[in-house]
Amino acid sequence: MSIPGDLKYTVSHEWIRVKDNIGTVGITDYAQDKLGDIVFIELPKAGVELEANSDVAVIESVKTAADVYTPLSGKIVKVNSLLDKDPSFINSDPYNKGWIFEIQIKDMSELEKLMDSSVYQNKISED
Amino acid sequence: MKNNTSLIFEKSVKGRKAFSLPGPVAKGKKPADYIPAGFLRSSLEFPEISELDIVRHYTNLASKNFSVDGNFYPLGSCTMKYNPKINERICAYEGFKDVHPLFPCKKVQGYMSLLKEMEKLLCMITGMDEFCLHPSAGAHGELLGLMLIRAFHDKQGNRRKKIIVPDSSHGTNPSSAAMAGYRIASIKSDRDGQIDLNELRNALDDEVAALMMTNPNTLGLFEDKILEIAGMVHEKGALLYYDGANLNPLLGLCRPGDMGFDVVHLNLHKTFSTPHGGGGPGSGPVGVKKKLEPFLPVPVIRREGDILTFDFNCPDSIGMIKAFWGNTGVILKAFAYITALGDEGLKKTGETSVLNANYLRKKLEEHYNIPFNKACMHEFVISVKDLASKGVHAIDIAKALIDRGIHPPTVYFPLIVEESIMVEPTETESKSTLDSFIDEMVQIRKEAEQDPGSLKNAPVNMSVKRLDEFKAARFPDVRYKAGKNNI
Repeated sequence: MSIPGDLKYTVSHEWIRVKDNIGTVGITDYAQDKLGDIVFIELPKAGVELEANSDVAVIESVKTAADVYTPLSGKIVKVNSLLDKDPSFINSDPYNKGWIFEIQIKDMSELEKLMDSSVYQNKISED
Repeated sequence: MKNNTSLIFEKSVKGRKAFSLPGPVAKGKKPADYIPAGFLRSSLEFPEISELDIVRHYTNLASKNFSVDGNFYPLGSCTMKYNPKINERICAYEGFKDVHPLFPCKKVQGYMSLLKEMEKLLCMITGMDEFCLHPSAGAHGELLGLMLIRAFHDKQGNRRKKIIVPDSSHGTNPSSAAMAGYRIASIKSDRDGQIDLNELRNALDDEVAALMMTNPNTLGLFEDKILEIAGMVHEKGALLYYDGANLNPLLGLCRPGDMGFDVVHLNLHKTFSTPHGGGGPGSGPVGVKKKLEPFLPVPVIRREGDILTFDFNCPDSIGMIKAFWGNTGVILKAFAYITALGDEGLKKTGETSVLNANYLRKKLEEHYNIPFNKACMHEFVISVKDLASKGVHAIDIAKALIDRGIHPPTVYFPLIVEESIMVEPTETESKSTLDSFIDEMVQIRKEAEQDPGSLKNAPVNMSVKRLDEFKAARFPDVRYKAGKNNI
């Protein structure tokens, strides 16, 4: 199970990659494996402002449907419209081509509440 | 000879007949002498086929159907009990089947009194004060229930915005609540698989309109803190909603109304033995406590002197939710079932459904992991997470059961159990059927461990083999192409 060391993680299995004040968000390899083949994603709209932990997208797989939550507060600035055509990038490449949205971070201190890769690794091995 | 499923149109051969109609017109006349030219057609697109071929066509199609009449169907949370054939016979009596919904009331007093009587029976069974029989199915009933809750809070001048659902709830609960315009707050279950009182306390604020619950819950466990939960919800001015999907085990034993529920929806096609889904239609009556009665949909059946009438004059009513008076044929079948069983029969139904589920649970616990393994109600949930290392998942067990002539249990639900298989045998199955199911499950477990690859292609004995679920969802091919899609 791949858990890149340069990302931050949430308990609800999102990852975020931060560059300056922009965070790129997706779901983890562990999450995509649990969901199974993903067949549809309802993407957020760019421009929407959200509080941390609000539901921002819906993923449907052959097994189930699951919400995606934003790890931090801020404004959605970009979404991965590639996923509209082929959401299976979330399965095949969750940390790169399978990114879901970019968020302009409102409060950088919220980052401290997220997990680093080793803490996340421990969390999922308990599951 | 291949038993194919080509369309009846493809079997058509010009000039072949099953039945000869008399000529359309008198001797020496042509159809054009009677019918304006604009309405005349030169050909009709009807298949031409012999009677025997018609019989074979539909008999073969019917034999491909997988139903409770042919096979054990332990589909958790769906209560796939046997539907007694007498229900169908009664429903087909001329006095019932030839009634039109626009008949004047005085011509259908019998039917109306039966509907009124059904409302009373459902009130007695559930402990509610009033019932509305209109909703076409369970989800329709849920939506109605939530609209009643909204009307209730609106009347008090306080439109609340939130509905609480536990994380084990049926997916329709949050969906219906969203359809009714509410935000959803999901709360985690506790270690015993029940509602966590602390989670509930934290989620209960002045914005909460109702808590939606299923009792027993989707793990098949009775929520034994229900009275405390009802107290907490009511104290905050919120209402308690009962999803009746799992009412079966409580029949004749205890009642949602006595537990403090304010709104109840029932699934007649589950608990009360009417057909399910596509073969239905369904019926999802909604029961309420007195305080919600003014908001019920119109028309309400009322007695005026000696005669029953439809009352449309209910100022606080949310209005009509369905054309006419509900799926009355279905209500009739459920009425036949309830009256045939009576008090004692209903009680025995509830008890036997619990006994059957616990028998399976105890027999299967030696072979499968049951995460919340304690005395259950009508169903229980297995997890095959431990087989993942062999590459075997719940879906593979489900498909292997099809090969053995058993409809798969519900899989991947409830969401709080990984690789879940939810088994609900119902009271209508005999011990020998349950024992055969146990044998098959034990056999499949062995295969999963010794030769996991053998399960990956299942089903192999059916006319339809393993579907590519990803393609079926992403690129559904729903158009029939002659000669291509034959299976």
